[in-house]
Order: sequence, then C-alpha cells, then structure tokens
Amino acid sequence: MKKLFSTYFRDKDIQQLIGKQLRLGVILSSAIVLVGGIIYLVRHGHEQPSYGSFTGVREGLNNLPGIWQGVLENKGMNIIQLGVVLLIATPIIRIAFSVIAFLLERDYLYVVLTLVVLGIIMFSMSGGLAG
Amino acid sequence: MTILFFTLILLCGAFTAGLLGSLTGLGGGVVIIPLLTLGFHVDIRYAIGTALVASIATSSGSASAYVKEGITNIRLGMFLEIATTTGAVAGALIAVYMPTNVVAIIFGLVLIFSSLVSFQKKTPYAEDSAKSKLAAQLRLNSSYPSADGAVNYQVHRVPGGYFMMTFAGVMSGLLGIGSGALKVLAMDNIMRIPFKVSTTTSNFMIGVTAAASAVVYLQRGYISPGLCMPVVLGVLAGAFAGSRLLTRANVKWLRIVFSVVIGFLALQMIYNGITGKL
Repeated sequence: MKKLFSTYFRDKDIQQLIGKQLRLGVILSSAIVLVGGIIYLVRHGHEQPSYGSFTGVREGLNNLPGIWQGVLENKGMNIIQLGVVLLIATPIIRIAFSVIAFLLERDYLYVVLTLVVLGIIMFSMSGGLAG
Repeated sequence: MTILFFTLILLCGAFTAGLLGSLTGLGGGVVIIPLLTLGFHVDIRYAIGTALVASIATSSGSASAYVKEGITNIRLGMFLEIATTTGAVAGALIAVYMPTNVVAIIFGLVLIFSSLVSFQKKTPYAEDSAKSKLAAQLRLNSSYPSADGAVNYQVHRVPGGYFMMTFAGVMSGLLGIGSGALKVLAMDNIMRIPFKVSTTTSNFMIGVTAAASAVVYLQRGYISPGLCMPVVLGVLAGAFAGSRLLTRANVKWLRIVFSVVIGFLALQMIYNGITGKL
C-alpha cells in the first residue's frame, strides 16, 4: 500500500511538471508572436496582403537557420516565425519530458513507446519528407 | 485592404472561432480553414498550415489544465500517439500529391461528421466482464478523480482503437485540423473510455499529432507568419475567454447554432471543391 501511494504521488508530480511546461511554452511563444507581429505591422501594415495564390513563404522562413538569421536582423516576420516554431516545439518537448518521467518511474515499456513517438517526429523533421 | 486591416479582421474572426470552439467543445481549428479560404480567399495550403499551428496552441493551452487535474490518461495518450503521429506524417505526405479541391471536399465531409458527432448522446458504458489482455499488458486501465472519489475504468478493443487513431492522424496531417471528433469517437465508441477521459486525452494528443505534420509543412512553406500571428493570438484569447465563460453560459443552443454554421461552411467547402474554386 505504501508503495502504491508513493508511485501515485510521483505520478502526480510529473503531471504537474508537464502541465506547467505546456503552459509556459504557449505563453512564451504567443508573447514572441505578439512582439514580432507588432514590428511586422508597424513596418508593413500599409502594404497589400497576398495569400490568394500559393507561392510558399519567402526564403529564410522555412528553416531554422534562416529564421534565426532574420531574428538577429530584427525582422518582424522572422520573430513571429520563431514564436511559431517554439509553439510547434512545445508538445515535442513534452514528449521528451515524458521519456524522463517514465524513466524515473522505471516504466521501461513506456520509455520505449515514448521514444518511438519521438522517433517518428524526428524522422518527419529530418527534411527528406518536405517534398 | 491593407495588411493592418486584414490582420485586425482576422484577429476578430479567430477570437470568435476560439470562443465558440471552446464553449461548444468543437475546437476552434475547424472554422479557421473555411474562414481563411471562403472569407479571405486565402489559398487552402496556407490555411492548412495556419490551422495546424492554431490547433497546437489551443490543445497545449487547455491540456495543461487537464493534465494537472489528473483526468488525462497519459499512458493511453502516449500509446495512441504512435498511431496518430504515424498517420499524421503519412497524411502530410499524401497532401503533396492530392489536388487542393479534393482536400477541400474531404475537409467538408469531415467537418459535417464532426458537427454530427457533437450531438451524439454521451451515455456511460456499464462495466462489462470482457477484459482486454492487451490493455492490461500496456497498463492502459486507469482511474480518474471525481467528486465521489477515484473512478476506475477499463480500456477495450485496443487494436480497433489504434486503427481508428491512425486514420484520425492521417486526416489531421492531410487537412491541418486536430481531428478531435475522430479521436473522441475512437476512444468513446471503440475503446469505451469514459468521455471525460476521452475528451481530455484527445486534447492532450492533438498537439503532438499536429506537431508531427507541422514540421513537414513548415519546411514546405505552408506556415506563413503573417497569417499565423492574428490566428494564433485570436484563437488563444478566444479559447481563454471561453473557458472563463463556460460555467455561466447555456451552451446547448449555442452548440446547435455553431453546428449549423459549421454544416453550412462544410457544404460551401464541398461546393467550391467540386466546382474547382479551391
């Protein structure tokens, strides 16, 4: 019984941590998006939007080095995109956290299952699929 | 129309979508794509990228609260995420070869289905003796806290649920939606999980599923910052406002109205898809 309780509480701690991490990720990324958005609107607010035909985003907004380069140059679009990337990373980081959580619980079956999920996402990130 | 004006209208539209989505439980992402394509004549590929990012935002935002309360079944979510992420990557790959008008038609059909599912009567299943061996081996059976103490539940038909989740993942990757309705259907009807657990676990999974295909779409240039900025901020603010209002509002009529609106948008997406306008 004692053992049951201790695992229950440890489970609870990890859930608290995952909850906090998700919230922090959302708050931080929307703050970055807001800052980038203001810069973008101040500089380009008077221009015309053009999303009617698909051309893909401009060069430098579709890969991490390109996005970061633009952030260093204070480009609004790139700062927004940095926030978006952080938002996409939030649930992925949550999975990485879960690997550690299951490891602490010595639940090796779920360590493996969680690593599989992480592996699928890494595979999809690797770029070969971008087409 | 200048970018400033465009952004402000989109912000208001996304706020309304997030508010209604959270009040009715239908999710805000479903109306983002019709809003962008039908309302603003945005190319559907940009709309898909934007909706995907919006669904990650709302999922992560609301999942944080449910995970803390301990209702979410994290093991079940993690196990089924293998299915949804595999599906999502496959869906994002299929999307390259699929004509955009076909995507619009499939989107319309899924949208109609989602709004119908929301009317489904939620009756809790009686505990039956048929136990799933796989569910026990995977330690999926769990309990959730309620006012009368912890409620235990069993997970049934694991392979069927897994298959349905793969399909939900493909739809999510192809259409850029969370496909929460399909996920809840798999967990409620096939795996017989209490709906309180299935809705929160589905929400928990949406972010990861969407992230798996979002990394592909980002590299393909579908995710445009100019659209993501007003949509993400608007949907998040709307969902937050919705969660504050939820206890006071009578959502029954609201759900009916919203479902009718969604049904109408779905028909328009299908019509535009068939006539080749999208």
